[in-house]
Amino acid sequence: MIHYVLLIFMAVVALGLARQRNLFAVVILFGIYSFTAALLYVVMDAVDVAFTEAAVGAGISTVLMVATLALTSTEEKPATWRVCPLLVVTLTGAVLIYGTLDMPRYGDPSAPIHQHVAPHYIEKSAAEVGPPNIVTSVLASYRGYDTLGEVIVIFTAAAGVLVLLGRYRPKKRRVPSRKDQAVARKTTTRKAAARKASSP
Amino acid sequence: MMVYKSILRVSSKLLIPPILLFALYVQFHGDFGPGGGFQAGVIFASAFILYALIFGIDTARRVVTGWAVRLLLAGGALLYSGVGVAGLVLGGNYLNYSVLADDALVGQHLGIFLVEFGVGSVVAAAMITIFFTFAGYRNSPGESLPEESGPEED
Repeated sequence: MIHYVLLIFMAVVALGLARQRNLFAVVILFGIYSFTAALLYVVMDAVDVAFTEAAVGAGISTVLMVATLALTSTEEKPATWRVCPLLVVTLTGAVLIYGTLDMPRYGDPSAPIHQHVAPHYIEKSAAEVGPPNIVTSVLASYRGYDTLGEVIVIFTAAAGVLVLLGRYRPKKRRVPSRKDQAVARKTTTRKAAARKASSP
Repeated sequence: MMVYKSILRVSSKLLIPPILLFALYVQFHGDFGPGGGFQAGVIFASAFILYALIFGIDTARRVVTGWAVRLLLAGGALLYSGVGVAGLVLGGNYLNYSVLADDALVGQHLGIFLVEFGVGSVVAAAMITIFFTFAGYRNSPGESLPEESGPEED
């Protein structure tokens, strides 16, 4: 029951997102959407995923998007209706919904995902790895290589931001350099020349 | 990005220590309950981001200097991969923690602890870096135009 309430709420928020033109409102709506998703994960007993969704999706992403808004404008350009993108989106959505029809029921013990390595993790992880939280055992030990990849992705993202947007230089060095002053003098003389030329 | 509201200032000062403490709890209690390096890193970074939002980017940068964040960023990644290399040196596979100690379970525990710590520091440093760079972009002198920095002479 609560699943349906949360899913309908997510759908309503998604519709609001699509209609909203103010980017600040869009960012906040995204946060609400993420938080509802986190609630849904809690209801489905995936507390670790819910925790990550709440911290990363609802928390940090929202703050980072707000920080990004400081660099851009807060209003979206008015939308134009085009047939082709609408067709592509509708088709993709229909295909995705068609794909979900073939999925096993939620919580079905005979689903393929519960037949492969999951029984081994549940039965043996306490003896092989130790931690009572099986999710930690899987993430850090059984699938340590994957987690290393994720960490490297995050590291690369931060390194890329540092390289592209530049390292921080303190305000003290804001004193104009000789070159800047020379450029400024040149532009002011050019401005003065232009002013002289424009006024007869 | 700076707010001169005394209520926000006081309440954020009250909030930041518990946030940091909660991040450490999530980091080191991840073996027993929900949580782990990723979540802890994000929560840890959010404390500094809150500080930067209320007290300004420049003040926050004096608290967490650029080299400290970069050290945390690279150090975390190196710690994680270093644990893997240590497993190789001690005669196991890459990222096999069982060989880190005499007892396999103790080795696993040590390995998971170090690896989660690496994850936490990379995530925290990455979030702090990205926020500070985005939010402080306008402050950088590279952005200012030459016309602004030079004095108008006429």
